[in-house]
Amino acid sequence: MMTKKLFALAVLSLSMTWGHVYAQDLMDMLGDDKPKTEFAYATFKTTRIVNGQSIENPASGNLLFMISHHFGAVNSGAYNFFGLDQSTIRLGLDYGVNDYLSVGIGRSSWLKTYDASFKLKILRQSSGERIMPVSLSLYSSIALESYKQDPTRKNYFTSRLAFTNQLLIARKCSNALSLQLTPTFIHKNLVHTAVSQNDIYSVGLGGRYKLTKRLSLNAEYFYLLPGNTADTYVNSFSVGIDIETGGHVFQLHFTNAQPMFDRAFITETTGKWTKGDIFFGFNISRIFTIKKPKGFKS
Amino acid sequence: MNATVKSIFIVASISLCIISAANAQKYSTKNGKISFFSQTTAEKIEAHNNQVNSALDISNGDFVFKVLIRGFEFEKALMQEHFNENYLESDKYPNSIFKGKITNIKDINFTKEGKYNVMAEGNLTIHNVTQKVSVKGALEVKGGDILADTKFNVMLSDYNIKIPNTVINNISESLEIKVNVALKKLNN
Repeated sequence: MMTKKLFALAVLSLSMTWGHVYAQDLMDMLGDDKPKTEFAYATFKTTRIVNGQSIENPASGNLLFMISHHFGAVNSGAYNFFGLDQSTIRLGLDYGVNDYLSVGIGRSSWLKTYDASFKLKILRQSSGERIMPVSLSLYSSIALESYKQDPTRKNYFTSRLAFTNQLLIARKCSNALSLQLTPTFIHKNLVHTAVSQNDIYSVGLGGRYKLTKRLSLNAEYFYLLPGNTADTYVNSFSVGIDIETGGHVFQLHFTNAQPMFDRAFITETTGKWTKGDIFFGFNISRIFTIKKPKGFKS
Repeated sequence: MNATVKSIFIVASISLCIISAANAQKYSTKNGKISFFSQTTAEKIEAHNNQVNSALDISNGDFVFKVLIRGFEFEKALMQEHFNENYLESDKYPNSIFKGKITNIKDINFTKEGKYNVMAEGNLTIHNVTQKVSVKGALEVKGGDILADTKFNVMLSDYNIKIPNTVINNISESLEIKVNVALKKLNN
């Protein structure tokens, strides 16, 4: 009896062990059992959706040079060659300090304005082990208007300054579709009239839809919250395409905002789409690798 | 203890020995290295992946490599992004797998340290396309580990990876792939 039981036990345990060993394919031994956290990348093709910031930073150690150019108003007639005679330009440099922070400077022809900014990644959209539905960044910029001021009054340096603060909340919904919500707070040290607002709130909504792997349709709208600014100016709306060629991204667009720095295009847009008072423009961005990643020092 | 029980124990212990022997035939690693290189007159591109999963059964020469496409690191971050997004489509096809057999496994004496030339045949899956490939490589038995390395070329068109005209001068149609793994004996 004892023998029988032992025998059965031995056979059972053996068959289990054998079964286990031989069902184990080499493939199973590789053991990538744990789901890893995968971060969303390339939510947008470059650091701007159209005029406004996107969630993207230049990668760590990369310098991004962007030339932004808007022609004159399309409805300015054949005499002005439908706006192509005129131009407004901004030259910008952005540098990825590390994986989370980028800093930038720029110069716009509009009111001869210099700007400086930083963009800090706070949350990154991820799936797998750790799930985060959206990416979140803080963007902040200072604009310094160097345009000659009215000499008949006393001018202060600080009255040339304006500040923009944005939260960029983005989600890459699919490989093709990305959306971004951009709550914005702008402070101007000096405004034109007593009733003009120093503090202006706006909410931006932007997105892109990839038509092919290297071509996407972008749109962006900044809604001004009710107030004197909303009564005096119009909400900025832009639509365009991104064309990616490898090292460059070309963004071609139509927008009712002539300038391209934050304060001006969000709170001082005058063009009306309904009247054809819009501007054709483009951004060209080029990436330079300044600091090579580890293992590529050669 | 009667004879039957004794014989059961003997059978059991022999079987166990065979089992552990079978396991001792298996070697694996989780941090093998695969690199690839593209060279044209306009641009030199290289990428490295140091988290290659690999296993080898020296009893029959069966082996497998599994590599996460997202794990390839490039000198230029933008290239890495385009590699994943446009060329390899790593969100749809996250892994590349090479499963095959060392055909001359019997010529290798795993009890003796030394370097041996090997031939391997198998199925290489990249970008969801599987092709039969045969490669030459070397195995080195050293300090109880097995070091394997090989170098071979793949044609991008074989794996349905298209190069757009705008960068046709920057990306080579034929990529050189270098594989380097140190396999350790599997402990069960």
